[in-house]
Amino acid sequence: MAKHKTPLLDQLESGPWPSFVSDIKQEADARAKNEKGLDYQIPVDCPDDLLGVLEMSYTDGETHWKHGGIVGVFGYGGGVIGRYCDQPQMFPGVAHFHTVRVAQPNGKWYNTELLRNLIKIWELRGSGLTNMHGATGDIVFLGTTTPQLEEIFWELTHDLEIDLGGSGSNLRTPATCLGMSRCEYACYDTQELCYNLTQEYQDELHRPAFPYKFKFKFDGCPNGCVAAIARSDLSFIGTWKDPIKVDQEAVAAYVGGEIAPNAGAHAGRDWGAFDIQKEVVDLCPSNCISYEDGKLAIDHKECVRCMHCINTMPRALKVGDERGCSVLCGAKAPILDGPQMGSLLVPFMEVNKDDDYQAIKDLIENIWDWWMEEGKNRERIGETMKRLGMAALIDAAGVPVDARQVQEPRHNPYIFWKAEDVEGGWDRDINEFRKRHQR
Amino acid sequence: MAFISSGYNPDKPMEGRISDIGPRHFGEYLPPVIKKNFGKWDYHEIIEPGILLHVAESGDKTYTVRAGTARLMSVTHIREICEIADKFSGGYVRFTTRNNLEFQVETEEAAKELKTYLNGQTFPGGSHKFPVGGTGAGVTNIVHTQGWVHCHTPATDASGTVKATMDVVFDDFQNMKLPAPVRISMACCLNMCGAVHCSDIAILGIHRKPPIIDHQYLDNLCEIPLAVAACPTGAVRPSKVEIDGETYKTVAIKQERCMFCGNCYTMCPSLPLSDGEGDGIAIMVGGKISNRITKPAFSKVVVPYVPNEPPRWPTMTKVIKKILDTYAEDANKYERLGDWANRIGWERFFEKCELPFTEHLIDDFRDPAYYTWRQTTQFKW
Repeated sequence: MAKHKTPLLDQLESGPWPSFVSDIKQEADARAKNEKGLDYQIPVDCPDDLLGVLEMSYTDGETHWKHGGIVGVFGYGGGVIGRYCDQPQMFPGVAHFHTVRVAQPNGKWYNTELLRNLIKIWELRGSGLTNMHGATGDIVFLGTTTPQLEEIFWELTHDLEIDLGGSGSNLRTPATCLGMSRCEYACYDTQELCYNLTQEYQDELHRPAFPYKFKFKFDGCPNGCVAAIARSDLSFIGTWKDPIKVDQEAVAAYVGGEIAPNAGAHAGRDWGAFDIQKEVVDLCPSNCISYEDGKLAIDHKECVRCMHCINTMPRALKVGDERGCSVLCGAKAPILDGPQMGSLLVPFMEVNKDDDYQAIKDLIENIWDWWMEEGKNRERIGETMKRLGMAALIDAAGVPVDARQVQEPRHNPYIFWKAEDVEGGWDRDINEFRKRHQR
Repeated sequence: MAFISSGYNPDKPMEGRISDIGPRHFGEYLPPVIKKNFGKWDYHEIIEPGILLHVAESGDKTYTVRAGTARLMSVTHIREICEIADKFSGGYVRFTTRNNLEFQVETEEAAKELKTYLNGQTFPGGSHKFPVGGTGAGVTNIVHTQGWVHCHTPATDASGTVKATMDVVFDDFQNMKLPAPVRISMACCLNMCGAVHCSDIAILGIHRKPPIIDHQYLDNLCEIPLAVAACPTGAVRPSKVEIDGETYKTVAIKQERCMFCGNCYTMCPSLPLSDGEGDGIAIMVGGKISNRITKPAFSKVVVPYVPNEPPRWPTMTKVIKKILDTYAEDANKYERLGDWANRIGWERFFEKCELPFTEHLIDDFRDPAYYTWRQTTQFKW
């Protein structure tokens, strides 16, 4: 029997898409029955009260959650987000309802043993409700009380050897595509680099020392499945330098209709027979592909590695062998100064596990040193870049200036020349000047 | 309720403490075929909606069955996922960046059997638990934020708007008949935890009323300089007010400068701006992440405001469906939604999608606005 009437939410139980309302109700029932006889460590009826408070929001069109205040585990500045209900008398089960961010395995692969162990903790000590996963990538445990936080952290670290994720003005939990684990396009091992940097920067992840949040994301190729270029302060996007490898027999199989283009992604509609000229050659953004006499040719010097031809004919075309990543800096959502896409800082970097990715770490630390010195409170690095200029970032990062870093050269001639750029420097003698020019 | 100790001793918080260990290594959780062929995949195919085949250089094959989820999921639900994984996929399961589930199986028959099984699982209320789809040229799961379920700054709900939208576009989740993938994203306020600013279609919660000032409490709850500094347009300044003969240190707000971003509220809980009438949703379109053919692009606001209409947001879903259907009918194969709009021209986009163009759609926020105005006589009647 539901604790609160939820006529509006009940309407979200119908329709084909999975209903979060039905699921929360399912959890409310399970907790009420408590077949396992658990001694729940937070109110048993918290899912009921969550539905109650949500129904109230549906009725009056406003949230009923308050600012979090300072909650967390000892020694960490991030990982827990405080949350309190603004109608605690009506919904005591969720009066205190903090979120815990838990570090996910990179690529979000799980076995059921790990999942069961995670939910065992959360069933006993939390609401039994989660987000799998939050937008940044963490496992998100929704709703517990302050006395449980250290207990949860203890069990996560001692029993599962898993840590909390990041929140606040920290390095946020780095996120990666599934990379080489199941994708033929991955130009470097995104998961291993993500794991290595996550471990390297645990201190930055847990103790706020930055002007604002900082995100790393790792995309194995320019298709960008974790949206690094749009969401991360530093994006590592796989790329290559040498020619795309072409298997002419497989090209012929695509042309002949034996293999469906684009891995079959368009199978739901009759688009007609595959037309290699129209669908590949004419769509190449740098016009570097030709198809003549049954042979596909790519002028690889002109290729911009957009992935279209490879995506369209994955069995015929493969990324090159000289692989690494491009590094882009400064992406963010619009708050506060408008949206920013990551800007290309390093066109090509080797991703070298053998030296523990030292070149990448040097780059990161140069950038952080500059941002921690120059960045204002609550200023993302993209905004610092905008304020102080791309050239300042390039200089601070210690990377070479490169035409690839810009879309086009500057439109204005207001160049901030430095004294050392100019012959004779800036110190001049007014008396010498007056010898040539009367007052 | 007796308190159950984990072993943590509050009197000696550092004793036996383990910290800064990070996540477990992903290698522990890879299914055997994935582990064996790591970095040695040759190609992939989409066998049918929701089923992928990956073939390794070794000749090994693995079939992936992909299913949507509500993202917000209970431990009971996760236990069901574990049971499915144990029964069908050797005890392994993966979550995608867009909150889908993926199970690896060995044969096409097993994949189809699993697809049938997953599609057969329903909640008592009637909805699917694990609908299979989300591949290829279709709509996949909507990434979203917390909304009214758990956030203190939202202008709308997230789970509800997503459920309402996915119900309306469900056919395109289970099929692959669009010109290209369409990525729908949802963020419940301008903070955009969901980063919807580069999505084909974005649902964005917005406020439209300036903050209310809780004068009598503000100085106790907030650092006034932080609240002042938080405002990107300089609309907030320190001030004093007299209430019932008592003087309070507080702030004053130049309301015409407010862009309703909520940043002041994030810094100062005494400046709430939520409002049942003022809040609602903006719809943005034409963004993308991928570098394929065209460059990554920002989403553009095409509907400045639709009201919150819980539980099913019918105005919002009607607009989304109209945009999606018009795009599906009009765009070329491989052409993303924003590329289609760029090709036909945005004036034509509004005409075809039957959306009014209003003054609110002309950018007036700082320098980037200039780059959105038209500096040519090339336009369409």
